[in-house]
Amino acid sequence: MTAQIPRILSSLAVAAMAAACGGSFSEIPIETPLRPKLDVSGFESILVAGFIAGGTDDVDGNLETTRLLRSQLRNQSDMRIVDSDVLPLIEVAIESRTISDTSTEREDPLAPEPILADEDLAQYEHLFANVDYWKQIGEEYQQPLIVTGTVMFASQDRSGTVQRDQEVYDSFGRRSVVPVRTYLERTGFVLRPRFIFIDGRTGAVLYSENFREEVLYNANQTSPALSSYFELMDRLLPSFLSTLSTQTIRGTRVLLQ
Amino acid sequence: MRPVFKLSIRFLVLFLVFGTLDVAPLVADARDDARQQVDFGIEVAQRGLWREAIYRWERAAVIDPTYAAAHNNLAIAYEQDGDLGKARISYERALALEPGNVFITQNYELFREINDRTNPQNTQ
Repeated sequence: MTAQIPRILSSLAVAAMAAACGGSFSEIPIETPLRPKLDVSGFESILVAGFIAGGTDDVDGNLETTRLLRSQLRNQSDMRIVDSDVLPLIEVAIESRTISDTSTEREDPLAPEPILADEDLAQYEHLFANVDYWKQIGEEYQQPLIVTGTVMFASQDRSGTVQRDQEVYDSFGRRSVVPVRTYLERTGFVLRPRFIFIDGRTGAVLYSENFREEVLYNANQTSPALSSYFELMDRLLPSFLSTLSTQTIRGTRVLLQ
Repeated sequence: MRPVFKLSIRFLVLFLVFGTLDVAPLVADARDDARQQVDFGIEVAQRGLWREAIYRWERAAVIDPTYAAAHNNLAIAYEQDGDLGKARISYERALALEPGNVFITQNYELFREINDRTNPQNTQ
């Protein structure tokens, strides 16, 4: 019964709109196929290699993202999913930087610097352009399509003055709505992943895509970081999957006469 | 009254009488023909025959290009077919013809949600 309420409300809304428009109409369910953004026909397998992750310490963005994408791809993709250890990409990036840049004067050039903001990711970006490294990884795993990238998951504070509508009644009992500005303490999380698809045969980047999702809670609400992470990943997974395979989006439209 | 002016008025009267008599039924006929195509398209679409529906609504849009319902329905059929580019064009035509139509606006907003997924924020 509860599940039917939104459907009933939707039908009532459509009926009200029909009355307003004065025309004949009929609702129809549709299924929209979204073609994949990337041609993956040349690959038999896919390797979610790992990610350079930063932000909060409460969630290991590298491990969790790799695990989640592998499990989603197992259900949604026809390609074989390579099971391997998650690559420690930060260490690999530092090593390759140290080899190429001998002028580094840091005390311990191999010690990873904390990634707290998007700017901190820049020092590791060169890894994704390292064709030799990715070609070597490709050879190791029978030349799969490689998925890698960066994941920034951080807490955020959005406290401030917000405007909202409030009902007021005058001395005659007449109702009206007035905008009221109130101070609201809100905290939450922001997730900014960048997925990079690399050809395991050549080591070259085929495609990359940035996402941004955020969630805010009132101060009296608490949500564990990991559950917020999954909530935000859940929102962008259809877009990620639509890069590799055809996705069908179900919906309803109104036909007019 | 000057003869040239008189003649112009006579032509104007003739045009208004015979011109509208001739054109008005044509417009009505076009809309009736287009409506028949639209109705049949709806019937077949409801049975899942979307190819036939596209054919009917495309004909309706040719017969009467000002018929917003034909463009709206065509946009829906293109969505079902996965042709989002054509769907956008048809929705925009429908909205241009009837900007205040809440059904077309609602359909278009739902379409845009899907279409935005296929247009990533940043690609290489």
